[in-house]
Amino acid sequence: MFSFIARRLGLLIPTFFGITLLTFALIRLIPGDPVEVMMGERRVDPEMHAQAMERLGLNKPLPEQYLDYVSKLAQGDLGESLRTRESVWTEFLALFPATLELAMAALFFAGVIGLLAGVIAALKRGSLFDHGVMGISLAGYSMPIFWWGLILIMFFSVSLGWTPVSGRIVLLYDIEPKTGFMLIDTLLSDEEGAFKDALMHLILPAIVLGTIPLAVIARMTRSSMLEVLREDYIRTARAKGLSPARVVFVHGLRNALIPVLTVFGLQVGTLLAGAVLTETIFSWPGIGKWLIEAIGARDYPVVQNGILLIACLVILVNFVVDILYGLANPRIRHQR
Amino acid sequence: MKLLPLQAALAAVLLSTAAGLSAKPLVVCTEASPEGFDIVQYTTAVTADASAEAIFNRLVDFKPGTTDIQPALAERWDISADGLTYTFHLREGVKFHTTDYFKPTRDMNADDVLWSFRRQLDPNHPWHNKTSIGFPYFESMGFKDLLKSVEKTDDHTVVFTLNRPEAPFLRDLAMAFTSIYSAEYGDQLLKADKTAELNSKPIGTGPFIFQRYNKDAQVRYKANPEYFRGKPPADALIFAIANDNNVRLQKLRANECQVALYPKPDDIPSIKADPKLKVAEMEALTTGYISLNTEHKYLSDVRVRKAINIAFDRQTHVDQLFGKGNALVAVNPYPPTLIGYNTDNQNPPRDLDKARALLKEAGVPEGAVLTLFTRNGGGPTNPNPRLSAEMLQADLAKIGLKVDIRVMEWAEMLRRAKKGEADMVSAGWAGDNGDPDNFLSPLLSCDAVKSGENYARWCNQTFQQLITKAREVTDTNERAALYVKALAVYDEDQPWISMAHPKMFTAMRDNVEGYHINPLTNNNFATTQVK
Repeated sequence: MFSFIARRLGLLIPTFFGITLLTFALIRLIPGDPVEVMMGERRVDPEMHAQAMERLGLNKPLPEQYLDYVSKLAQGDLGESLRTRESVWTEFLALFPATLELAMAALFFAGVIGLLAGVIAALKRGSLFDHGVMGISLAGYSMPIFWWGLILIMFFSVSLGWTPVSGRIVLLYDIEPKTGFMLIDTLLSDEEGAFKDALMHLILPAIVLGTIPLAVIARMTRSSMLEVLREDYIRTARAKGLSPARVVFVHGLRNALIPVLTVFGLQVGTLLAGAVLTETIFSWPGIGKWLIEAIGARDYPVVQNGILLIACLVILVNFVVDILYGLANPRIRHQR
Repeated sequence: MKLLPLQAALAAVLLSTAAGLSAKPLVVCTEASPEGFDIVQYTTAVTADASAEAIFNRLVDFKPGTTDIQPALAERWDISADGLTYTFHLREGVKFHTTDYFKPTRDMNADDVLWSFRRQLDPNHPWHNKTSIGFPYFESMGFKDLLKSVEKTDDHTVVFTLNRPEAPFLRDLAMAFTSIYSAEYGDQLLKADKTAELNSKPIGTGPFIFQRYNKDAQVRYKANPEYFRGKPPADALIFAIANDNNVRLQKLRANECQVALYPKPDDIPSIKADPKLKVAEMEALTTGYISLNTEHKYLSDVRVRKAINIAFDRQTHVDQLFGKGNALVAVNPYPPTLIGYNTDNQNPPRDLDKARALLKEAGVPEGAVLTLFTRNGGGPTNPNPRLSAEMLQADLAKIGLKVDIRVMEWAEMLRRAKKGEADMVSAGWAGDNGDPDNFLSPLLSCDAVKSGENYARWCNQTFQQLITKAREVTDTNERAALYVKALAVYDEDQPWISMAHPKMFTAMRDNVEGYHINPLTNNNFATTQVK
């Protein structure tokens, strides 16, 4: 097991450097520099431009800039935003809980509904329910997030008035961000009704963000379940006279979950990528919106290190999934 | 007697309800996060609203809803006969905000004014190099070359000496980048080596005291009880950040905010039809235009530019793009509310035969191609640049000109347009200070050809002399006459297709009172309240 983990960790180092090089190069390939973008249509005094570029260290040759960046990174310095002068780490910490809270809610929604729908569809294979679940999940997978979000807002928030339109909480509540997780912060505050309000704000964005993972999980669970239900040990369990629920959930689902677990891990990337759009539609103050704005403003340190942090997170989650997978399935561990 | 406790309880409930109502915060849905609160580092209107308007004051102000100047931190001022010396007499007893991170020990005085200007002007000032980009507005308004010195003669008198007479100078001093900071707070931060906090924990003299900013979510302020114009009626001001204008409107309908800034022109009829909502509207000081590169093949011939202007159906364009009545068809480079607007200039009647004849005369072959640079997203001066470009393309196709539309990201478009790569550029301008010079110098002067912002690359010496003179003369009538002449030269040479002067709108709940929509697109909520 140790060598398995060491092998996986060893792979992370080149991946990490690959990402730093890629983000460094990509953001610089986009034309325009931070000073030009800041000035917009207005007159850019060449002297002021040169001074600003020098102050920002952007007048140096690119390899030197990259070395500066990596050596700072090695010391744990993520730099500061060119626009706000706030440290990138501080900004990330302030915004990331919002994205994480949304992603977790979306994954919870996708996991619970996806597993249930997948299992039932597998059990009732060929039924109307099965066709319905598969059809809906295909539609869910192909749905443009932006359109889906607006449709839900129009229906549930505007027509029915059941859920709020956007944001994380009605701003009449003055909630101090202690943990950054609105559900926890509202519980810690003494504002009555704030928790319920925060929960209501979370529902629609979680559904929108969770739709694609839900579709993937439902389809994966169904096919994996169908395979498992055909196994001999299931037949044996049934022959032994175990209750259908025990056969399905203990003997069937547990084994069917192994590939689903991998899908869960892979979906974290999808969730973070989808969060960019979902956050825009629901004015959700997370890292997606932060990165989009930083790209527009050519805020190099934010783009480089923001993407790096997210990439590290996706790598970490997949690493944990790999380990869990290895634990759950000893055959994986021994593969070389 | 037994009823008394009940009456007392009822009264208490009623009183607390009333107190609760009066303490209602004003929630304003705005389109983006402020980049920071040290306004001199930034140029966007959203940042100016969240800092300059809410937190700071300047020596002079624009009267709410106008571009007229009124006293603010300066009670009065004297201007020397040669127009080179401005002496400001400061208001006494103005307090800086008291917060948990700064407690002022003195009132605002001349040192604060000196600090605020010298920081931007003097390269040796300890705060001069404490920004990442510099002072973009100070630079672009030419203050570095304009200001000779800023000195105090006593604690409440400040003298500005200019290198040349500058008629719009007073108006310039009402702009966000001339906000007055606390020198005492600056010194405190410098000593503690916390200079970045000037941008995140601002201190000013303005109507609202900064409380908290959650990035991309909200900015919270409380009313300044010691504000020199009296405590604002709203006890708290909250900017709720919602990028999408559909979302802002839905939030307004759901009463999640009471004011929604920058609604789409398309939505105005439905907002007006909703009895719970109302709209404030005004002709903003903005112009949407298409520059015609006078250095390029074909377009260097004035007959070709005239042909394009004759062929373009401005009225249909404006109606389609903004909705009927939501914008004025433009004739001149700036809207008619500014001085010196030339009413003799008129858009020529649409005449395709005449346009074709002009092109033939100029030797332009059938099917000649002109590139048009346009941005990918809409803005206040052009809500749908792509549609706008396609309408021009269709009109010019009728006279045998092909338009090659290049849609690109904003920053990329500006960069290439400033290099003069395009034949035509779809652009817009929002006035900063209510002075014609603020349109003509940055966009159509010979200097602006060199620096690139004059996308038409049109340098006409007669026009240049007229606008230079108009900048130096202080008499308003004389200035107006000079601008009328300058605009006649513009009309003769036609370096642009002047397209539209859009109206600006603010949507709000019907119980919002005391809001003034501002032609300069800034939003100040010092007098606004929810009834």
